[in-house]
Amino acid sequence: MSQSYNRGLIEDFSRWREFEAGMWAWIFHKFTGWVLIGYLFTHIAVLSTAIPASGAETAVLQAGNDVYTQTIVSLEGLLLVRVLEVGLLSVAVFHMLNGARLLLVDLGVGLESQDKSFYASLILTGAITVASVPTFIAGAF
Amino acid sequence: MAQRYSSFDKGGRMWLLQRITAAFLLVVLAFHFFLLHFVHHADEVSFLMSAGRMETMSYYSLMVLFLLTATFHGVNGVYNALVNQGLTGTKRTVIKWTLVAASVVLIVQGIRTANAWAGIPLY
Repeated sequence: MSQSYNRGLIEDFSRWREFEAGMWAWIFHKFTGWVLIGYLFTHIAVLSTAIPASGAETAVLQAGNDVYTQTIVSLEGLLLVRVLEVGLLSVAVFHMLNGARLLLVDLGVGLESQDKSFYASLILTGAITVASVPTFIAGAF
Repeated sequence: MAQRYSSFDKGGRMWLLQRITAAFLLVVLAFHFFLLHFVHHADEVSFLMSAGRMETMSYYSLMVLFLLTATFHGVNGVYNALVNQGLTGTKRTVIKWTLVAASVVLIVQGIRTANAWAGIPLY
């Protein structure tokens, strides 16, 4: 017989003290998802400067004086953008690792250790983010 | 009776598509980050280098597929999150079609950008 569990609304964040690993994973996955879709729209908007740039003369493109190259180079020259990129990486890595965890859970793999795999996702995200900082910051100073 | 917490329709195709795109995006997003941050570096970006990659048909088609799957996965995820929060009725229909329209704009703009790099005169 199926049992009834009334866990209440997870959206009721005032209950956060009662949350267990799986609920935090759900919240983080949702939060990182919102950030990623927001970024996708911004990313395409910035990359769209390639459309006017494609009409530039070859010499202008070779010198990197077109609007696309200039936009990216000036954005990448800002330390704030580099720091935000590290943030984006951590958000993406967590979403990917936790997403892999969700796919496995959906396939019935490792359901009993879903809390441990959430902690593993967090630790791996931290490790990958920290290890990537030198590459992401290179050339910003 | 046990409650269903999922915002997906029971046995729905969208549930499966969300997971198939997830598996694809896992690989392609990792490749995207690796290629554009570790192989090439952010401060070395130029129009000609981006164009050089996009002129290769395999790269161009992978990136278009990346755009399509990421848009679907992201926008469908947003829709599911809103349904989870209790979005119903007319509001749900309006938001659904707004999200569809936003997806179309994103995909069209993304393909125009890819075409500009690839030298395909459709932009």
